[in-house]
Amino acid sequence: MRIVIIDDSGARATVLEEGLRDAGYDDIHVVPPRGAFVARLERMAPDVVLIDLGNPSRDSLEEMLIVSRALAKPIAMFVDQSDDSMIGAAIDAGVSAYVVDGLRKERVKPILDLAIRRFNAFARMQAERDEALTQLADRKTIDRAKAILMRTRDLSEPDAYALLRTTAMNQGKKMVDVAAALITASDLLGGMS
Amino acid sequence: MTPIRIAFLGLTDAAPLVVALEKGFAEAEGIALELLRDTSWATLRDRLVYGQVQAAHMLAPLAVAVTLGLSQQPCALSAPCKLNVNGNLLVMNPDFAAALEPDAAARLGDPLATAHDFANAIGLYHRKPIIGVVHRFSSHALILRYFLASAGVDPDRDVVLRVLPPSLMVEAMRAREIDGFTAGEPWGSSAIEAGLAEAVAASERLWQRGVEKVLALRTDWMEDNADTVDRLLRALVAAASWCDDPANREELARLLSHPAYVDQPHDLIERALSGHIVARRGEPPVDLPDFLLFAREATPFPWRSQALWIYSQFVRWRMVESSADAQARAAAVFRPDIYRRALASSEAPMPGASMKVEGALAQPLAIGAPKGAITLGPDRFFDGRMFDPDRIEDYLEGFEVPR
Repeated sequence: MRIVIIDDSGARATVLEEGLRDAGYDDIHVVPPRGAFVARLERMAPDVVLIDLGNPSRDSLEEMLIVSRALAKPIAMFVDQSDDSMIGAAIDAGVSAYVVDGLRKERVKPILDLAIRRFNAFARMQAERDEALTQLADRKTIDRAKAILMRTRDLSEPDAYALLRTTAMNQGKKMVDVAAALITASDLLGGMS
Repeated sequence: MTPIRIAFLGLTDAAPLVVALEKGFAEAEGIALELLRDTSWATLRDRLVYGQVQAAHMLAPLAVAVTLGLSQQPCALSAPCKLNVNGNLLVMNPDFAAALEPDAAARLGDPLATAHDFANAIGLYHRKPIIGVVHRFSSHALILRYFLASAGVDPDRDVVLRVLPPSLMVEAMRAREIDGFTAGEPWGSSAIEAGLAEAVAASERLWQRGVEKVLALRTDWMEDNADTVDRLLRALVAAASWCDDPANREELARLLSHPAYVDQPHDLIERALSGHIVARRGEPPVDLPDFLLFAREATPFPWRSQALWIYSQFVRWRMVESSADAQARAAAVFRPDIYRRALASSEAPMPGASMKVEGALAQPLAIGAPKGAITLGPDRFFDGRMFDPDRIEDYLEGFEVPR
């Protein structure tokens, strides 16, 4: 069974491809949705195509599938039209699966289930990375505020940190917000930071 | 407050949705509106069909196609109001345009002559021109096919129609993947301003009151939420009136230019709103006063005859088999009855009929209406044909099928 993943994000395509290989599929191709990718795809004659829901090339792909049908090439449709819950899960995960008509559902369902899990895993990975980046930025802000306090109020590092923390607690704010306010104020007052 | 999520594409004609949110028209009707931008029509359609959103800014022909099962997943959709009339440009690269009438205003003003010039230019080009269209089931694709066929061009044989989302057209032009495209604004103007294209035709000169985007709902959801639907329609019609007021034009252009909406310079967006279309970079604008309509002449009213015109074109281009059942289902996508119910208590003037002969008005015509009077603008097709929704077969026989 030939599976094509249309994706220009290397990371997601890798996650998907590895999962599919682990599950025993080996005829897997990744096609970036650029230039004449539709013609390339047509030549590959895949049995299943996986594409990210947010991918702008979906319109072009659907057009190809409709025209292929007119040319009596493989007929494709959006999953099994009767299985709403499966489609719903696919959409929530961000995967649109185009499945060749006549392909048995027993064979397609595990691929799609796997794709959904992998898409979800990728989304989680991205969320975790974003969070890590935010935390890094927050820490830098707090470090700058701490440095200002240490310089202007002659505090030790632990004391500066404690002052920021108690202020945040007393005001019911996040520490990073208090730190940012302090930096802004310091900049306004002559840029001691 | 009733929460409603609406999916839209980054186009100037999403204006009534943006204004309903930003100027408080939705809030005034007790609706907490959330707008969700998509890039492709396929994604927007799937979000609506599978219930991720309650409503969508949709190509009128796509709403009909989904209902007829021509799209990926059949689903009964309803369009209780139109969001706009007209608003598209056909642009081609300057090399190709050089073979057409050099005076851009004359070119836009005489589409029949331009179609024939276009047919001749294909011969000079030594290969099939590749024209970007936003979707197979779009008013753009249908009217482009009509335009080309009027000069004997077979759109399925003599040109390549390539489907691309509107916001990617300009980049595809730059990469020379397409030779021209037809899309909603500001994408045509954006390609013109980049020196990549010239305007070849404007939708208001092809069909003077052409059907364009609709508010699409799932029919079952619409029936289960009558009160919410009524409030939503009132909010959108009020927003559309605000959009049509020239006094609000600049503010509207600035609202739409925001990165969350169209994300293009406001002066480009203002061209479609004011009907001042620059056909070739650096030239003075061509005056097209009916380039884009939101509210005047009861624009939001969903004439059933317009859904049937879309159906007639599907049959013409063999996208659907002609049948009484398909025709009835297509006509039922437009819901003037819901529009009447929702706007009954408002100031909006209301046509008495639900169908009209499309293309019959050469001059503005005042029509009697149960409430107020409405002046309908001229609605002619560029070839002078009329579409009588009661005689679709005769209408279709009038076209020479170019194959």
